[in-house]
Amino acid sequence: MAQTADALAHLTEISSQIDAAVVLDREGTVVGATVDDERAGRMAGAALELFRRADEQREQELVQLDAALEGGSVFVVRDADRLIAATTRSEPTVGLVFYDLKSCLRSLAEEPPEKPKPKRAPAKRRTTTPRSRTTTRKKKDESG
Amino acid sequence: MKAARALAVGAAVGSAAGAILLRRRARSGDRVELYFDDGSFVTVGKGDPDAARLLSPARELLVAARG
Repeated sequence: MAQTADALAHLTEISSQIDAAVVLDREGTVVGATVDDERAGRMAGAALELFRRADEQREQELVQLDAALEGGSVFVVRDADRLIAATTRSEPTVGLVFYDLKSCLRSLAEEPPEKPKPKRAPAKRRTTTPRSRTTTRKKKDESG
Repeated sequence: MKAARALAVGAAVGSAAGAILLRRRARSGDRVELYFDDGSFVTVGKGDPDAARLLSPARELLVAARG
């Protein structure tokens, strides 16, 4: 969650066109957002509904969409596990916004899904001389 | 000769102005653009049967973001 917040903070820092953004999973659960929880939940619900409706009855798989509306634009981009939805002012640079949203999703996909277990301290090197190799002879088959 | 030239210039200017107006009108209307994994895309404008289904949640999303 903190990593998602970092990725979203970076997104709004590099893209001045983005007013608000929310990251959600395929079920619509909010993973992170640049707005408060209540707004994020409403944004996620609307974004998922929009994406599902747009993806219905299409032969190809929908990967991203944008809607140009009076007063602003909305964008939804998906990757394998997540969706990111964002809003901008009117007439944004569409290609640039898509690029920034995809970069944000990519950075999240590169994160490990769980916190890595604490690493064990590296084993100390042995300074003693290696033991001589011992070989065990195979007993000959007495019956043969 | 001069009249034909003036007519040609007038037609060119008129078609350019018309194209600009049409483009502006097209851009001003609410629309949704859908991009697919094979690189194709579809624009759904106000006149399309799908438009209302898509524009409604899109507007909800914009309203939700602005509180």
